[in-house]
Amino acid sequence: MNRKPISDTSQWTFALIEKYQKEIERVATNFGLKTYPVQLEIITTEQMMDAYASVGMPIGYNHWSFGKEYINNEKRYKRGQMGLAYEIVINSNPCIAYLMEENTMAMQALVIAHAAYGHNSFFKNNYLFTTWTSAESIIDYLLFAKNYIAQCEERYGEEHVEAILDSCHALKNFGVDRYKHPPSLSMQEEKAKQQDRATYLQSQVNELWRTIPVKDTNSQDAQRDHFPEEPQENILYFLEKNAPLLEPWQREIVRIVRKIAQYFYPQRQTQVMNEGWACFWHYTILNQLYDEGLVTDGFMIEFLQSHTNVIYQPAFDSPYFSGINPYALGFAMMIDIRRICEHPTDEDKQWFPDIAGSDWQQTMNFAMQNFKDESFISQFLSPKVIRDLKLFAILDDDNKKQLEVTSIHDETGYQTIRKTLSEQYNLGSIEPNIQVFNVDREGDRSLTLRHTQYNRMPLDKSVHEVLKHLARLWGFRVRLETVVNDHIVMPLFECEK
Amino acid sequence: MPSIVDRRLNGKNKSAVNRQKFIRRFRNQIKKAVADAIADRSVTDLDKGEKVSIPTKNTSEPFFHHGHGGHHQRIYPGNKEFHQGDRINRPKGGSKQGHDASDSGEGLDDFIFELTREEFLQFFFEDLELPNLVKTKLTTISETRKVHAGHTSDGMPSNINIIRSLRGAMGRRIAARGPYQSRIKEAEAELELLLNRHNETDAVIIKLREEIEQLKKKIAHIPFIDTFDLRYNNRIDQPKPTTQAVMFCIMDISGSMGAEEKDMAKRFFMLLYLFLTKTYEKIQVIFISHHTEAQEVDEETFFYSRDTGGTIVSSALNLTSKIIQERFPTSEWNIYAAQASDGDNWDTDSIDCRRILTEHIMPYVQYYAYIEITEDRHQNLWQEYLELQNNWDNFAMQRIEQLADIYPVFSQLFQKQSQ
Repeated sequence: MNRKPISDTSQWTFALIEKYQKEIERVATNFGLKTYPVQLEIITTEQMMDAYASVGMPIGYNHWSFGKEYINNEKRYKRGQMGLAYEIVINSNPCIAYLMEENTMAMQALVIAHAAYGHNSFFKNNYLFTTWTSAESIIDYLLFAKNYIAQCEERYGEEHVEAILDSCHALKNFGVDRYKHPPSLSMQEEKAKQQDRATYLQSQVNELWRTIPVKDTNSQDAQRDHFPEEPQENILYFLEKNAPLLEPWQREIVRIVRKIAQYFYPQRQTQVMNEGWACFWHYTILNQLYDEGLVTDGFMIEFLQSHTNVIYQPAFDSPYFSGINPYALGFAMMIDIRRICEHPTDEDKQWFPDIAGSDWQQTMNFAMQNFKDESFISQFLSPKVIRDLKLFAILDDDNKKQLEVTSIHDETGYQTIRKTLSEQYNLGSIEPNIQVFNVDREGDRSLTLRHTQYNRMPLDKSVHEVLKHLARLWGFRVRLETVVNDHIVMPLFECEK
Repeated sequence: MPSIVDRRLNGKNKSAVNRQKFIRRFRNQIKKAVADAIADRSVTDLDKGEKVSIPTKNTSEPFFHHGHGGHHQRIYPGNKEFHQGDRINRPKGGSKQGHDASDSGEGLDDFIFELTREEFLQFFFEDLELPNLVKTKLTTISETRKVHAGHTSDGMPSNINIIRSLRGAMGRRIAARGPYQSRIKEAEAELELLLNRHNETDAVIIKLREEIEQLKKKIAHIPFIDTFDLRYNNRIDQPKPTTQAVMFCIMDISGSMGAEEKDMAKRFFMLLYLFLTKTYEKIQVIFISHHTEAQEVDEETFFYSRDTGGTIVSSALNLTSKIIQERFPTSEWNIYAAQASDGDNWDTDSIDCRRILTEHIMPYVQYYAYIEITEDRHQNLWQEYLELQNNWDNFAMQRIEQLADIYPVFSQLFQKQSQ
């Protein structure tokens, strides 16, 4: 095919963006990508940094930590440290992708392919996103949250709102349901329900505590009467429903932080897949455009330079090393799945008998839809990727003097490396296992959390600070105990109100 | 359908509120940084922001996570020489192993950020308890006034120049009508000729009449006025004409003036300087330090040198008077003087001071401000100066025990300016 390129300068115009977007959409549809409708928004650098500061959302409530984030981003931007082509894409319907006005045409096309089609189709189809987030109503909900918190600031004073938010932020990773699906969000419903909820909740809390004097009379029962009956993993939810001293508006703020944390929970579990998928598609789509003669050589060189930067993986001993680059790992794995489908080697046939030689589009869609990082890696990390990235496993045990290289990229090591790397993306083991264990309803109303140690890993020192925040929300003494080796319970920290 | 939205004109500073919240939260640290900056800065150097650094410990947000230790196995990329079973010594510093690699963006450095000039000045003013009106006056950058500067093709509706716009419209109408008009004339002449030979109902005649009709319609459709015709009065900002001033900083550097007293004096001089920058374009600052003898020095020596011995204030006043006479004719210069001292003076000298001021200085200066920095009872210089205050409107004096006492010295000055 010898067609005229869409453009041959680096300047972008609205007309050109529309043309590129049409072509990209055509190619994406031909490849079978299913997406939400796309909305592209052109913004300035400052606006991009604003958006970055509020965790990539177009609307956010106000809090000093976002100011700090903004200052950080501004510094990194000025130093040229923010390598990526500034893409922000919002898991909403329509899917909003930001294009920065400073970018060249090639970069805009890259961002459109990467964000507006790559990430977009991931949001629409991955099981975590479809079951845990509601793309239809997130913007509405954020608006509700922003207004509600602004109102609280007016009514109860900025410091008080800030204090509650600080405490909630400290616990936000422990404000998600891992197994139960949350109901969907919407501003109007929230508004309507919010009033009822406030009064209802308050009455429930009172109910809980009203039983105390009754129980006190026959204290044999008290021992059996454990509250909560089962340990609770969602600490913020527990506080929202049961903290005795919170005002209704404070409960609502706890709920807002919890809801937003829940919305981001899938993103934290699919970083490698999501970025890998988006990189795979911008790479595939733009190459297709090039094959069709729609983009110039110059365009491709600029695109490839940026692409290579994004998927660069510095070695462990490089000064630039800061962990495994999710873009690099994800892209390598996605490309590799396609290779296994199209040109399987004997090794692949042995490792992946069910996908070697299958239809690559179908297989990749299956992989994208039904996994999260942890399971994706344990299912699809191939010996070839391990060899290409020269992965090796290090065992760090504080009982031993030296570190040990337990596996490298060879026949005996593949399985271990795959398993270990998969574990590295398991939020369940990255985050300490801390649950609400007991409330002393008869005595001093103290709250006990139980930490179950994993691989003897201790909690970081900052745990004291977090407990202070927890005590602020709970209103009474807070205790944290650790279970070591499955049976010994050690009191760990205590924090007075 | 995909859509493209231009959001560039939407709110720019969404994070401004968050920044204010951040600054408020760390106000104590920032305040200290500003105080340190003031100590380091020159009196004349107030027109820029300041880098503030806050220990990361204070800005970090705690959350439950694993610390170092225990048993963990991790995957790293880029193996070069390792084999299975190799044992390696733990790297020093240990930054490579922790779980925190993902959450700490910048390492352990302080959190550093820049205050803008406005924010810096707000902090500078804070201790001084300036009235708000004065604060805003001082922070706004140089005053300008609007002057006419021709006409432009875009602007605000209230600035439309009607005569110009209509003149333009008329010109455009004439120009646009021209070709049609001449064609009508031709066609009408032709019609007259043709009517001699043809009937009204003949095709040529009808066609020609239609053409004329069309042309007339076209003329009628030329708009009376078009956005293209609009002209607006153009106004541009022109800096206000300003003049020059000289500021004398006179300070006692005898042993009794410690670092703290000097810091107060410095803020006092800074405030006067800031005030002068609002009124005058060019400002020269003269530093005169004295103990028993006065000398003109540079800023460095002024704030940091220290001498022991007695104090003779009149020596500084004599020097000031001499410099005024030699270098700053009152016809060209506005003269301001600010004097800081602990007020301890040789007894007989204080009378001399009053005489020199009355005869040689007060008639020539716009304003003379004196601050006495001491916690003891008033010294003899104060008594003499009290009399001056009664006789001269442009003489202000104040005892300063804390920073908030500085402003009253200037209040009269600022009042004058705002009238």
